[in-house]
Amino acid sequence: MKDKITHELHGNRGLLRLFTAGSVDDGKSTLIGRLLYDSKSIFDDQFEALQRSSESRGEERVNLALLTDGLRAEREQGITIDVAYRYFATPKRKFIIADTPGHIQYTRNMITGSSTANLAIIIVDARKGIGEQTCRHTLITSLMGVRHIIVCVNKMDLVDYKEEVFEKIREDYESFAAKLEVTDVQFIPISALTGDNVVDKSIKMPWYKGSALLYALENIHISSDENQIDCRFPVQYVIRPQSDKYHDYRGYAGKVAGGIFRKGDTIVILPSGLQSKIRAINTYNGEIEEALPGMSVTILLDDDLDISRGDMFARPHNQPRIAQDIEMMLCWMNEKKLTVGGRYILKHTTQDLQCILKDILYKLDITTLHRIDDDKELKMNDIGRVTIRTTKPLFFDAYRKNRHTGGIILIDESTNETIGAGMIL
Amino acid sequence: MKKTSGMGVSNSHLRELESESIYVLREVAAQFERSALLFSGGKDSIVVSYLARKAFFPAKIPFPLMHIDTGHNFPETIEYRDNWVKTLDARLLVRYVQHSIDQGRVKEEKGYNASRNLLQTITLLDAIEELKLDAAIGGARRDEEKARAKERFFSHRDEFGQWNPKNQRPELWDLFNGRKNQGEHFRIFPLSNWTELDVWQYIKEENIPIPSIYYSHLRQCVDRNGTLLAKSDYLTAKEGEEYKEYRVRFRTIGDMTCTGAILSAASNIDEVIEEVAASRLTERGTRADDRRSEAAMEDRKKAGYF
Repeated sequence: MKDKITHELHGNRGLLRLFTAGSVDDGKSTLIGRLLYDSKSIFDDQFEALQRSSESRGEERVNLALLTDGLRAEREQGITIDVAYRYFATPKRKFIIADTPGHIQYTRNMITGSSTANLAIIIVDARKGIGEQTCRHTLITSLMGVRHIIVCVNKMDLVDYKEEVFEKIREDYESFAAKLEVTDVQFIPISALTGDNVVDKSIKMPWYKGSALLYALENIHISSDENQIDCRFPVQYVIRPQSDKYHDYRGYAGKVAGGIFRKGDTIVILPSGLQSKIRAINTYNGEIEEALPGMSVTILLDDDLDISRGDMFARPHNQPRIAQDIEMMLCWMNEKKLTVGGRYILKHTTQDLQCILKDILYKLDITTLHRIDDDKELKMNDIGRVTIRTTKPLFFDAYRKNRHTGGIILIDESTNETIGAGMIL
Repeated sequence: MKKTSGMGVSNSHLRELESESIYVLREVAAQFERSALLFSGGKDSIVVSYLARKAFFPAKIPFPLMHIDTGHNFPETIEYRDNWVKTLDARLLVRYVQHSIDQGRVKEEKGYNASRNLLQTITLLDAIEELKLDAAIGGARRDEEKARAKERFFSHRDEFGQWNPKNQRPELWDLFNGRKNQGEHFRIFPLSNWTELDVWQYIKEENIPIPSIYYSHLRQCVDRNGTLLAKSDYLTAKEGEEYKEYRVRFRTIGDMTCTGAILSAASNIDEVIEEVAASRLTERGTRADDRRSEAAMEDRKKAGYF
């Protein structure tokens, strides 16, 4: 792995969603505060409020970490307990940061924060090296299908900016990550506290030839993260104007979950298996020729068929898998533990179904990657491999092929809470 | 302090944000039976209603716009509201804070800083109960304020309309869980991932009309602790306070009693974007209601405020 920076402006996306996890003392909040502050995304009144709170807490310098600790309980306890979203922009890109706590008891928050991310920032304390937490965060990143990782070796100021320290950590990390499905990894030596290599390149580490963190974030190429091949369109809502002007209008509204849909394409409708042709792809701003992944559009068909929310459009020769017995990695998110035989509501794309938890195959030790076969109880924050059976056939793809058609949530029938997140295998 | 400029920024992120918001609005129509879009006449609720028009076009927006009217509006806002509703071909419902006061449901604040801003919450919760709403859509954004940074797109409220920040449902991918028990409802925030600058750039790109008071004009104001408050029948001047004419515009639109004007010569959308991009204060820095305490917004949200 090299510090390769893909500098391709053409076709590059203007919005990068990133995810970062960390614990109280590894400097994560300071790093985010530093990114916001040095990229001039902090306003004067925010900064003044920060100065006031830092002073009232008797801290000697302005505590940038306070910027991201939003809720009162968190400010009082000095911890981040939920997912907070931060925004900043440079002339090149807009960034959304999902900021999550890093301790093992917040695994579910990390799963949530990383579910929509393109890139993960993994922070390693230069003095401590690769620890249990680094491994856990990397595993979650890999499991959640986040394709790009930037490992920030932080607190370089406390190890005299030594190259050997950085290189040792890089080697350790690479040998660990080789076991995982992680393809694009960059390493950057930084000091969040002093700002070295965060926004501006540090003069204290001339041995480091790569770029500063912000430059890497601005230039990383993410266009290929969406599945551009397998056409999937879950019908979200049927638009029927019932007006004189649009008397026979029947539009299928939804967001493209994969592949490219074009006017004139033959499609198959699931679960009915009927086929039709795309007559038009509409948006409020007019008709368009093709709809790409992530676009919210309205599709009109040549034939008048009985289609409703929860149905899916695909191509006749490229259809999703259809099954009722489904295997997945499941992260449990509730205080009530998961039970074999339990009935849950399953939410997948635009449909809700009922399902039964058939079996827990094994629990995953999310630090070592080992399977735990003798303890099959999934408690809050545990991840395990399970099988479920749905009451109706589900059409889906493997999560690693498509996040939108491969991810599900489980809902408790009595409390309506979201209690599990599943990645279909 | 912000160097991000409206110029030269690639706007492809706006298309992504638009698609996401349209997706959320369609989920609302699909998952809820009785929803309403909370409309204040401010730029954020204007953009949400415009996106709703896009989401269901060529059909009409399948839920009404609802204005919680404090009675302390800028007249320009009301004029704009009535025209905009016609443009959108939407249905408008209005519920009045004055009615809540007349019925003894709430007590008017007294004193120089009296505002009806907090009272809106009761009128809103009463309207939700009266209309049996199960979803209320709003224009709040996560970048506005730190308590909002943790808000969900689908935010669950208990039967008392209250928000419990410690027991929020995890929100993964684009799977939004809107299931609820009788009497509970959801607040929905389609603009969660937009920033103030995104909203302005989008208004420009889509050429969306906005109330005239967002642009520079001459107005009689009083300077109270650094906040310029507009002269109106609802504001009581303190002794020694003096109205002067300023060239101002408004960066947010709320009640006349608590929305501060800013000195500005920005008279068109490009100048406004330039000013927002160069601004050294957050937009809520002009809101007297947020200054009451460090956790002011969190406390109001727990009680059911938007």
